[in-house]
Amino acid sequence: MSSTASKLSALALFLVVAFLLVPWLIAVSGRSDLYYTLTSVALLSIASAGVWLTFFIGRINIGQGAYALLGGYVSAILVTVGGVSFWLSLPLAGLLCAGLSILIGLPILRLRGVYFAMVTLVLTEVARLAALAVPLTNGARGITDIPPPGPIRLFGVTLLPDFATLANPRQAFYFVAVTLMVLVFAGVYRLVHSRIGQLCLSLQQNEELASSIGVNIAELRIIAYAISSFLGGIGGAMFVAIAQSIYPSSFAVTDSVNFMLNCFLGGLGYVVGPVVGTFVLYFGWDFLFRTGAFQLLIYSMVLIALMVALPNGILSLFAPRRKES
Amino acid sequence: MAELLEVKSLTKRFGGLVAVNGISFFVREGEILSVIGPNGAGKSTLFKLIASFMRPSDGEVLLRGARISGLAPHIVARAGVVRTFQETTIFKGMSVRDNVIIAHHLRSRASLLGFYAGSKSARADESDFARSADEILDFLGLGAIASQLASTLPQGHLRALGIAIGLATNPTILLLDEPFAGMNHDETRRAVQLVRAVRERGVTILLVEHDMPAVMKISDRIVVLNFGEKIAEGTPSEIQENPRVIEAYLGSADESIGM
Repeated sequence: MSSTASKLSALALFLVVAFLLVPWLIAVSGRSDLYYTLTSVALLSIASAGVWLTFFIGRINIGQGAYALLGGYVSAILVTVGGVSFWLSLPLAGLLCAGLSILIGLPILRLRGVYFAMVTLVLTEVARLAALAVPLTNGARGITDIPPPGPIRLFGVTLLPDFATLANPRQAFYFVAVTLMVLVFAGVYRLVHSRIGQLCLSLQQNEELASSIGVNIAELRIIAYAISSFLGGIGGAMFVAIAQSIYPSSFAVTDSVNFMLNCFLGGLGYVVGPVVGTFVLYFGWDFLFRTGAFQLLIYSMVLIALMVALPNGILSLFAPRRKES
Repeated sequence: MAELLEVKSLTKRFGGLVAVNGISFFVREGEILSVIGPNGAGKSTLFKLIASFMRPSDGEVLLRGARISGLAPHIVARAGVVRTFQETTIFKGMSVRDNVIIAHHLRSRASLLGFYAGSKSARADESDFARSADEILDFLGLGAIASQLASTLPQGHLRALGIAIGLATNPTILLLDEPFAGMNHDETRRAVQLVRAVRERGVTILLVEHDMPAVMKISDRIVVLNFGEKIAEGTPSEIQENPRVIEAYLGSADESIGM
């Protein structure tokens, strides 16, 4: 029980820091640009959580950028062309990504190891080219001037105000993104610590044995991949709402690779690994900006060093080993 | 004893090579039937065909008269035909106990969604599985090492864990792939007792094995394969005297068939 208590207090601490301390620090220092950075971290870590889930069933997924791009476009088109509320377009974008990922996953999830990774890598490029070619996406000019999210009203009560009327929309986006992130990771945590998590783990470790004890491995792989793509879709859709624009290059192969690196860096054995990984990678990259031409060089070398020194991720520093059952 | 599993003119071709050629036999309820044969005789292929990890080119496998060949492996497992693996195939990153608990998956009454939400039947499943896993581990003498990480076990225990995983699925018929391979005399003796004890639990056993003395000791009946064809079938003493079997094993005949 004590581990449950310590996890709950860690969550409480995180909520206090994210919702009270960070806004206060930003107000004091006047660095309201940090809201944008932190919002990005929250949203990118949602998409990375999806990649983490595919790692969890033993698949290296370098294609999350495709679903982030698709989710972004679906939301952008629904809002600008369909006049749909952004808050409705968000789950719709996720569901459409999940649906498409089932069709794509059926054939490609039979592949393992580097073969699966290669196909997913190509997916991102396919998504970019499709966005360039399809008339609905407006080609290379992209979709711009997307209106900010409208209000959420339920039974006449305004749950969330219209973002266009807010004095500080950056802060509002930050709160929404962090809330969404907490919900997503709570959901994934529950998944991993239920029997489904054990089944996924059995899949990760030996698919043949898993199917010989009666696990429907094809179904489980599809479910995990669909959830993964759902998270990519809502992450992308949220991002587009903040940027108020989307282009075919909004999510590219680099982003897909970064989603994967976030998971590696944070730690594949920890549900919150993607959050830590995204945070460190995103801030690390920004921090190295002042080194100018050496930015990429130093960044890559630090990454390599980190992976050699901490193959199980940054979080392995704090917990000696993943707890048993 | 009633016929449980029937293999009917089963054939598997890989290109021009016929690995299994028109093999027919049946397994009776509650017996221990061994399939033996020199290297390359098609034993492993036959096993994969029965457990439906491979589709036959011809012929079929029937469980209590119903065709199971061509179905997905997890469906066949659900029907009660469960295989263990030749190598020490286990879930390496889990504890011994978790290995056995997860293998109870077939028995779960709750749906995946039920497990996610922690429904009443899911919680009942969890406690049932844990109890049954402990019982199986004690039965196989693994109780003391239940919390160890599976990858740290010595070979003898790994083999027992493989059988524990098979048992946890509550099989009607358990297919054991070379359960005695690489074991010394003492380990083999213990493993033979173990397999007998499993049969006493009401599980029919079909095993593929190289270790002739062990096979002669443990089997009710034996099927002998050579070059993908069945060359003999009978009780251990019948097999030992069969001239075709002796011929197939010629060279080291006396020693290798345990006479």
